[in-house]
Amino acid sequence: MWTYNKMLEFPVKIKTTNPKLAMAIMSQLGGPNGEKGASTRYLSQRYSMKDKKVIGVLTDIGTEELNHEEMVAAIITQLTKNLSIGEIEKSGFYQYYVDHTIGIWPQAASGTPFSTATLQSTGDPLADLHEDLAAEQKARLTYDNILRLCKDEPDVYEAIKFLRAREMVHYQRFGESLRLVQENLDAKNFYAFNPSFDTKATCL
Amino acid sequence: MENMCREELKRLIQVTNFTVIELGLYLDTHPTCSCALKKYHECNETLQQAMKVYERNFGPLTMYGVKCEDEWTWTNEPWPWQEGGNC
Repeated sequence: MWTYNKMLEFPVKIKTTNPKLAMAIMSQLGGPNGEKGASTRYLSQRYSMKDKKVIGVLTDIGTEELNHEEMVAAIITQLTKNLSIGEIEKSGFYQYYVDHTIGIWPQAASGTPFSTATLQSTGDPLADLHEDLAAEQKARLTYDNILRLCKDEPDVYEAIKFLRAREMVHYQRFGESLRLVQENLDAKNFYAFNPSFDTKATCL
Repeated sequence: MENMCREELKRLIQVTNFTVIELGLYLDTHPTCSCALKKYHECNETLQQAMKVYERNFGPLTMYGVKCEDEWTWTNEPWPWQEGGNC
């Protein structure tokens, strides 16, 4: 089970609203490389993972991603606080506003709704961990793209920089997880069988 | 810790909480690293202590931290995305 902690992992205190930037950052909530996809991916993959250490990594990173969802949602909420209709009309935020006002709805910057079609849980530890390594890189590059858009917004910049740095750490831990799984497989052919499915393989 | 203001204490909790998360992740794949284990225990001790003081003086951080016997205080303090909810 999970327990809610009434705090963010890193402070989000934004003084100036910026609905245009909010539209871009929203992609890291519900977009193809976003935090909701990350938590859903890792917390779903845990159940078919055999290695207890790697289950720990998926659980702990998946949990941290839940906090990152909250951080991104906090950034969007603060960037769109007290907007006037005039500001909404000018900013390009009006398309989102029509359906969601200034509520939080997980979508990509393009408007595409959040979808698990952007992630995988294959039931194969090697495939899943390669997916996770790629996911961390995709999140990292999206934060790089966002950082280029918020150079003049120091409050936003620092929080995004923190989130970007976490992707690098998670990438490292997933690399070690892949090594842990491979150490328990046949070094001559890692792909001889799926350790989470082929329970009758002679080498198990 | 007893004399720290709300903002200072919240900041200490946020920093130590992050350090515990980071060390925990590292220890998941390096369970016998004595240096990281030592830091984990030190940091977790500070975090637990700081949370205890915060919850006694300013309000609950988790549902298990409600100290007031006269009122349900869990929802009184601002939530993390609201003004005053973050340090």
